[in-house]
Amino acid sequence: MIDKRVKNAQEAISGISNGMTLMLGGFGLCGIPENSINALVESDVKDLTCISNNAGVDDFGLGLLLYKKQIKKMIASYVGENAEFERQMLSGELQVELTPQGTLAEKCRAAQAGIPAFYTPAGYGTEVAEGKEIKEFNGKPHILEYAYNADYSIVKAWKGDYAGNLIFKGSARNFNFPMAGAGKITIAEVEELVEPGKLDPNEIHIPGIMIQRIFQGEKFEKRIEQRTVRTKD
Amino acid sequence: MALTKEQIAKRISKEVKDGMYVNLGIGIPTLVANYVPKNLNVEFQSENGVLGMGPFPFEGEEDADIINAGKQTITILPGGSFFDSAFSFGMIRAQKVDLTILGAMEVSENGDIASWKIPGKMVKGMGGAMDLVASAKNIIVAMTHVNKAGESKVLKECSLPLTGVNCVKKIVTELAVMEITPDGFKLLERAPGVSVEEIRNATEGRLIAEGEIPEMVID
Repeated sequence: MIDKRVKNAQEAISGISNGMTLMLGGFGLCGIPENSINALVESDVKDLTCISNNAGVDDFGLGLLLYKKQIKKMIASYVGENAEFERQMLSGELQVELTPQGTLAEKCRAAQAGIPAFYTPAGYGTEVAEGKEIKEFNGKPHILEYAYNADYSIVKAWKGDYAGNLIFKGSARNFNFPMAGAGKITIAEVEELVEPGKLDPNEIHIPGIMIQRIFQGEKFEKRIEQRTVRTKD
Repeated sequence: MALTKEQIAKRISKEVKDGMYVNLGIGIPTLVANYVPKNLNVEFQSENGVLGMGPFPFEGEEDADIINAGKQTITILPGGSFFDSAFSFGMIRAQKVDLTILGAMEVSENGDIASWKIPGKMVKGMGGAMDLVASAKNIIVAMTHVNKAGESKVLKECSLPLTGVNCVKKIVTELAVMEITPDGFKLLERAPGVSVEEIRNATEGRLIAEGEIPEMVID
């Protein structure tokens, strides 16, 4: 067993420096690596390029990094939940690359799988396709998209072991899965870190080879963005 | 009488057939799930990695790890599954999803759709809409016929940045059900008490109304 454990979020993010490109898992606030994000906020690292489906909300998740102007460029598919983001984007303080969600996921997966580029029909005929190579397959135009090249991937899982094996829960698998191993170094924060042998190998979603650093998060707020319920009657 | 949002959703629910996998967008489309008859076997796909989406959880049973694409807390039904985002869009691109219902700001008569950006004013992003409309085989748009300024959203050509081209098959608004055909918007049904003339006035694109146009049946 190759032990990937680090002590805490601070140790996990060591080496992340100004100007680097990071991938961060999560969809909305579901499954975001909140401990690592908080450590980045404390670290004052800046000029980051962040690849993440969303940009958090004003006072949680990536919104905290935005608020402190630590992000130079954001690559995302949907940013509608964050007023500060919209302000920084419309004023030109923040560079933004909006990418169709499936293309964003596949650009991560391609990096994870060692595939440099791929064709997708998403965005054909729109401004997303501008300046990109177009090729027809089966009579349908497709756009050439490239794999991301990130310095670090930061993912969040439900359970993990010392070897870096990960299991996700519910819809929190989202971008955490295709980002695991997609960056040069992948950090995993988990709710529960267990000894090797405690996780059933049949149930592992991400094998430990994709992970370089793992730690159990000190605290998970797991904030809910839209609490919708029904009443018993 | 123009339809309410709930009635638009109710009308669209009649397009959902037994055995379909269906993706619902945010807004009116989300409401469609409430009106699909219980005796139909239908599975709802949420692009963030859920198949077999169920209703909202009972109070106190919300789980931050189980949400839909609108970031709302949901439940999962027996037979459902979770998967990652790349896999989710794989099943969308590979046309495993039978029906896609989404909102729009504008639709043009050749089936182009604009839904994600108003230059200089509002940029929320396209989310999964561009992937969905580029690959889905059956796309129904749920939207209001005119915008808040009273301008038609059913157009000859879209004025806003596009989400996709030549992709919308059908539109359901508070006034009408229309099909996109090579000749323009073919009027299939009108809202109860709404005349063809009223629909024509609210439609900037070419509207084809042949013969008697039936009223929608909303029960």
